[in-house]
Amino acid sequence: MATVTINGKDVEIGSNERLNCIQAASKAGVEIPAYCWHPALSVVASCRMCLVEVGDKKPDGTVAMQPKLVPGCQTPVKDGTVIIADSQKVKDARKATLEYLLLNHPLDCPTCDQAGECYLQDYSFNYGRGYSRLNEPKNIKPDKDYIGDQITLFTDRCIMCTRCVRFTREVSGSAELQVVSRGSHEEIDIFPGHPVNNPLAGNVVDLCPVGALCSKDFLYQQRVWWLKSTNSVCQGCSTGCSVTVDQNEDKVYRLKPRVNELAQGHFMCDEGRFGWKYTHSEERLTVPQIRSNGHSTSQAWEDVLASVRSSLQKAAAGRQRLAAVLSPWMTVEEAWLLSTCIRSLSPQAVLAVGPVRVSGVDEHFPKDLRGNVIEPVKFTIRAEKCPNRTGVQAVVAHFMDELMPFEELLRLASSGQFSAVYLTGGDPQGWISEMQAEAFSDVETVIVQDFLPSPVLQHATHILPSGTFVEREGVVVNHRGLAQLIRRAVRGPDGSRPDSRILWELSGRSGLFQSEALRAEIAAAVPALAGLADPALKTTGVLLETAQQATV
Amino acid sequence: MATFEPALFARINKPDSASLKTYQADGGYSRLKEFLSMAPGDVTNIVKDSGLRGRGGAGFPTGLKWTFLPKDHPGPIYLAINADESEPGTFNNRYLMELDPHQLIEGIILACHAIRSQKAYLYLRYEYGTSYRVLDAAIRECRAAGILGNNILGTGVSCDIVLHRGAGAYICGEETGLIESLEGKRAWPRIKPPVPAIEGLFRKPTIVNNVETLCCVTQILYRGTEWFKSIGVPPDPNNPRDPGSYGPKLYCVSGHVNRPCCVELPLGVTARELIEEHAGGVWKGRRAKAVVPGGISMGFLSASELDTKLDFAGPGKVGCLGLGTAAVVVVDDQTSMVDVLYNCCRFMSHESCGQCTPCREGTAWMTKILERIRTGQGRTEDLDLLMEVAGSMGIIPGTTICGLSDGAAWPVKNAISKFRPEFEEYVRSRRATVTSAQQLMAVH
Repeated sequence: MATVTINGKDVEIGSNERLNCIQAASKAGVEIPAYCWHPALSVVASCRMCLVEVGDKKPDGTVAMQPKLVPGCQTPVKDGTVIIADSQKVKDARKATLEYLLLNHPLDCPTCDQAGECYLQDYSFNYGRGYSRLNEPKNIKPDKDYIGDQITLFTDRCIMCTRCVRFTREVSGSAELQVVSRGSHEEIDIFPGHPVNNPLAGNVVDLCPVGALCSKDFLYQQRVWWLKSTNSVCQGCSTGCSVTVDQNEDKVYRLKPRVNELAQGHFMCDEGRFGWKYTHSEERLTVPQIRSNGHSTSQAWEDVLASVRSSLQKAAAGRQRLAAVLSPWMTVEEAWLLSTCIRSLSPQAVLAVGPVRVSGVDEHFPKDLRGNVIEPVKFTIRAEKCPNRTGVQAVVAHFMDELMPFEELLRLASSGQFSAVYLTGGDPQGWISEMQAEAFSDVETVIVQDFLPSPVLQHATHILPSGTFVEREGVVVNHRGLAQLIRRAVRGPDGSRPDSRILWELSGRSGLFQSEALRAEIAAAVPALAGLADPALKTTGVLLETAQQATV
Repeated sequence: MATFEPALFARINKPDSASLKTYQADGGYSRLKEFLSMAPGDVTNIVKDSGLRGRGGAGFPTGLKWTFLPKDHPGPIYLAINADESEPGTFNNRYLMELDPHQLIEGIILACHAIRSQKAYLYLRYEYGTSYRVLDAAIRECRAAGILGNNILGTGVSCDIVLHRGAGAYICGEETGLIESLEGKRAWPRIKPPVPAIEGLFRKPTIVNNVETLCCVTQILYRGTEWFKSIGVPPDPNNPRDPGSYGPKLYCVSGHVNRPCCVELPLGVTARELIEEHAGGVWKGRRAKAVVPGGISMGFLSASELDTKLDFAGPGKVGCLGLGTAAVVVVDDQTSMVDVLYNCCRFMSHESCGQCTPCREGTAWMTKILERIRTGQGRTEDLDLLMEVAGSMGIIPGTTICGLSDGAAWPVKNAISKFRPEFEEYVRSRRATVTSAQQLMAVH
């Protein structure tokens, strides 16, 4: 253990923790402001915002301070390090640095997207001088909307922290961004004809501590103070990046990565970042239906659910078997509810995991311009494009001795083995083809629970319009067995219901859907998912070692 | 004082002084074999004992710098020669490279031997075309004669020189900026630690030395440490941290003098002596108002400080930053200090690499303030603002990575504190004489 003193307060640092002054201070609850430093990028110590006084405590108790200010980001702490971050000298230096940063800044906060979550605003408010002594014209630099398909650069707002430049060099590896010109005429720019369109490009917007790099998708859509953030998990691939869903009045505006070393680290890919648009698709299913011969006979939830229940009971009593397809887009809770419901009706019912979409191969970063991956790998976009294969498989494995491939289920369905099938969708890019859907044409009862139309709807006897991930709550388990919570951020369109609510009612459980109680039930019943009872699930998530082994 | 015999400049007036033939005829390379058969540590000790301090500007003891290299490093270790002579008013390296390149090459070979390096990168200022051609020819001659390359003169020591032309920025002369530039990157000085001796060029231990320093190394080995220590100023007995200023120094005198020159003199000569005796006095019969002691980043000596000794400690005693490159620039009494300072600031804001906030914005802001003062819109409180800005940037307060910022701040601090009445008078009279229409024209 090492003891570091910050502003006179002692804080303990683990012996194998390698922290700089900023990190050590944050452990003591002291904020040292910084722009250029970012925990996932290399240290350049150029913004000079984190200047602090640093010294060493000698064994005899005296403290020897270094005569000049040092950048906190560049200075590692060790046992006996003394950091002073609130002296007049430090305050003056911060004031001076902020004055410099604002000299050529346009101060256009009223029209700037970053306003409200801008470090230039926050630090100026906390540490700045409040007025400018500049009496000269400001440098005017041209905006660069050509910088990327998803990114635009307000050059004059830039404070030259070079986080974005370092990101494209160190994390994406594509190195599109660079600094051009010198001195106060410096600008961030691209090499002509090589815009920032790499698969991780959107991260530079999050990295930008000011409003210089903005997302074209989010530009002028919302003031950030109207947005409400909900912790969730990206559904784009089996990496399962921790994200926040930012919404206002039931409309999602953006997804941002949430730092989680257990999941993905600090970043997320553009595929996930902009991959939530289907949530507000015009094509969303919003009408529950009972259909016969292509015509719907009822459109009330109560009728439809009652009909689903009675059809399933009837089928269970018959000679043929019951089957359910559990989509890898379901949460563990939903998979559990559906499995228990079907199995309670018919203990021989077939449970199968729905189609797992795989696209290409895992894409690792940093990747140089020739496509070679540079070690160490800092980010991976996985080929498996669904969030919860691991979790759903763990549930299905609890009920089935052998996992049935989806193709096998289709074969059995088309050979007339099933009297009723319960199908769950959830893949926004479509999960079943016209030809595959044909397998269900002769099945007596086909219940489809999905939020987007698919070819199988033409054979459906019951349609249950369900919710997307921003409308649901539950656990998804990523490729390495990390169970994380997705939370409900918005209400779905009128007529649709979250899957969990549909299944809760179908199971005949009383009251409202209770995810926490359900997780305790699952954790007790399925050893592979015992970790779901862990309270850490609500923060970083829980690594399910057994689930990982079970799915190998 | 006994008459001083130039050593570094001993050969520059001889005909064909740049050729290998004449250099060898004058005794050059004659003892190279002997020196290369010495242990590297012994060569380092000779340089250390001589008290040689780096001639590039900071005056760091050269031998001491060489000992910072990690012991028993498997290599490679590199020597980088700083020939990016970019401090305004400085042109001594150019003389050495154009007129006596072999003295430099011999110094490079000896330094490489001392630091166990087999490769030296000579980072040459791009504008020095003649130097490039002369050095290139000299290096080829040496390679042909077996003085450079593998197994030099059969001693088993190998050394080669890569001649690299710079990219035309002031900051490329900063030790770590130079290394970045050599690596093909933007010349942004690196954060220290690690110092280049631990991790420098291509992430290997690297020593960066100035051209004149390496020429001194040649002279020290041939003439001995006693000779070197007999020249210059011994350490101040009252200051235990002063290593003294030994040896000859090339002083460049330019500006408003009758005969601008580069002259070799013992360290410790006064500014007045340089101007009166070597540069033919101030031009047009005028008097000196201010003198830059060692490149504009070192600040200014006022007319009353001309008897300051220009050794490593001297300029610091009168508020200047240091000796710098010993480039003396004379400003006559008909010149406005506001214009002089404006020119300094404009240069520094143009050359700031733009990495650290205080330097990037501060240099540009000071230039803008002076620009405004020159258009007649100055206020006396601007002078205090200039002093405050200058005081908040640089390595000395700890707000930047490299020393460019100190060099940008020092002329401002010196000029305003030493010539404040002139600045105030300028602000007042300009305000009165420049019409508002002219002001508008100047601003837009």
